[in-house]
Amino acid sequence: MKKFAVVAAMATAFLGSTSAYAVDLEVTHWWTSAGEAAAVAEFAKVFEAETGNKWVDSALAGSGTGANPVIISRIIGGNPMGATMMNTGRDAEELIQAGLMRDLTDIVADLDIDSFYVDQDLLEPCRYEGGLYCLPVNIHSWDWLWLSAAAYEKIGQPVPTNWDEYVASWPALQEAGILPFGLASGWPINGIPGVLMAGIGGSDLVLKINRDKDPEAVRSPEFRKVAEALDALRKVTSPETMVPSFGDVGNQLLEGTAAGNIHGDWLAGDLQIAGGVPGEDYECLPGLGFGTQLTGGGDSFYFPKLPEGTDQAVLDAQAQLARILISPEAQLNFNMVKGSMPIRTDIDLSGANACMKKAIDLLGNGLLPSGDFSLSSDTQQQLQDLDLEFFADESITVDDYIERRAEIVAQAD
Amino acid sequence: MADIAVRTGEGAQTVSRPNFLKKTFLKNLPAKIAALPMIATVLVVFIGCTIWTIYYSFTNSKLLPTGKFVGFEQYERLFTANRWNVSVSNLITYGIMSLVLTLALGFLLAVLMDQKIRFESAFRTIMLYPFALSFIVTGLVWQWIMNPTLGIQGAIRSLGWESFTFDWISNPRMVLFALLIAGLWQGVGFCMVLMLAGLRGVDEEIWKAARVDGIPTWRTYLFIVLPMMRGVLITAVVLIGSGIVRLYDLVVALTNGGPGISSEVPAKYVVNYMFSGGNIGQALAAATMMLITVLIIVLPWAYLEFGGKGKRA
Repeated sequence: MKKFAVVAAMATAFLGSTSAYAVDLEVTHWWTSAGEAAAVAEFAKVFEAETGNKWVDSALAGSGTGANPVIISRIIGGNPMGATMMNTGRDAEELIQAGLMRDLTDIVADLDIDSFYVDQDLLEPCRYEGGLYCLPVNIHSWDWLWLSAAAYEKIGQPVPTNWDEYVASWPALQEAGILPFGLASGWPINGIPGVLMAGIGGSDLVLKINRDKDPEAVRSPEFRKVAEALDALRKVTSPETMVPSFGDVGNQLLEGTAAGNIHGDWLAGDLQIAGGVPGEDYECLPGLGFGTQLTGGGDSFYFPKLPEGTDQAVLDAQAQLARILISPEAQLNFNMVKGSMPIRTDIDLSGANACMKKAIDLLGNGLLPSGDFSLSSDTQQQLQDLDLEFFADESITVDDYIERRAEIVAQAD
Repeated sequence: MADIAVRTGEGAQTVSRPNFLKKTFLKNLPAKIAALPMIATVLVVFIGCTIWTIYYSFTNSKLLPTGKFVGFEQYERLFTANRWNVSVSNLITYGIMSLVLTLALGFLLAVLMDQKIRFESAFRTIMLYPFALSFIVTGLVWQWIMNPTLGIQGAIRSLGWESFTFDWISNPRMVLFALLIAGLWQGVGFCMVLMLAGLRGVDEEIWKAARVDGIPTWRTYLFIVLPMMRGVLITAVVLIGSGIVRLYDLVVALTNGGPGISSEVPAKYVVNYMFSGGNIGQALAAATMMLITVLIIVLPWAYLEFGGKGKRA
């Protein structure tokens, strides 16, 4: 009898929980590393506290190459999630055009988002035929040169303040047995040409090549300098000295076995976890120390159109989440943990570290469109193939590289 | 009888057709019903999807298969893409080496195993064991073993032989051999077991006759036993060959196509452009080229093998 009572109590408890008004909203994303998972939990916390709904977390491993296809095929296959994160850019372009994403215009109409987004260009990939289909939630930038304080202490030189000084220090570093440029194998190479282009070539060159897709700009003397810098880089790196992941490069910098690295701002998270202090153990130079603008990418949230007959409460939950993601509170909590820049600067960012502060200063100058923004994934893949090949095979001359890159840009869409 | 029916005109044909239909569809009906799922699978999955693939390779589809017909544009881009050309030549080099070495080593090991040695089943298990591992595991294990700073090279250098070099995995010219080592380690055991079964299937009387005639053992193996194992050899070639064409996971786990693009393979090109590149048209054009290559190799062989048999029967 007692047993029966327990079962009955449990049954009513279950019934109670399912009949409650809170709804489940499944959210997919690929923030799976320790810091990222902690950051996305901040979003979930605010969402659950403010709306009483449940954030069902579906983290997918494999980021852009592993998780993105899963998300896309679920949306195409008619099994959409409540909300999903993707990179800000053109990855979801065709999904928007096919009418698979929910238009957010009315949902955020009264928030006047134009007034607080730090750069309107961020919203550009989200807009299509007058509608608004996604909301960028943070800004990530590749444009950082990371330098090791320990390595420069060993050779008795001051830590360089820009790319030219850094290149000039290579011979001394090599003599001391220090790797001038630490590099992880695989995808970390992909971001480097873009950073060199923005830092050495300047904002105009980036706009001409990425936005206008002008092959003549690739053949220009400004881009030749970029290609030559890339050529110099490949001469001081070799597959044998590459480490498995970008976090390992961070350790090399802290140990002083490698002197520098070009990598995105998410490296800062790893440096911090490893105990590094910006300004003391390592130095960060946005835009290679030259640039006044950062190329900005980042992450956005999309809200797929749910099938006919979906509970109105779920649709409302989508709308609530959309508004919460860009609210000051959620923006602050999320970005402080993730180490990325928030999409609005009207919040208290005094807790940011030295590197993040430099980035926030540059935000005032507006963002340069990154490759993610202006080039299709197809073109990006072609450029990556070329960069990987150039980096590994020294028989490809700078001239060949420029010509082949110009051809890709000429056909780019 | 049939000849007369045809000549007497259309009336007779309409009579004979139901007969023909009856024969095709009703004879041995249960067997035909049982085969229906397989027939449907072949029609829809194999043939249907192949036609779909070929059709969309002629469109400019990006993320979704919605593009317009553009003729051979995707193929033109494919043939000028350096990465594709490197992939194809890599596959040919790897394929030839892998096929020859797997067969040769597999046969050699099977012959050694056939010498009535002690603990044969233990050796067989050891040799076959790598085959139980997926290519991903194989790739990761060998990635560590061949890593210049952490693996064999590092270990031997730390023992004092400072000039020892084994950096194939990070050397663009040698990386295919690194792939080959891992591929052989995984695949030879299976080939050996197949060959061993073939060897055991050869009648003991043949061996006695060969011994009576005073033929040396190695000649008996090469010129008498090996030709008798034709069936096993064909099975082995088909299995190894299909493994070579779909080579993908080993590359992803071991080198991820690197250094640079020096160990790229066609299947990886297809997957990359389909998913991360979001260009279905280009990926399907590459997939179609893979299919055509396989057909060019398989069709003449199948014609000789099965067509020839039909004539003999």
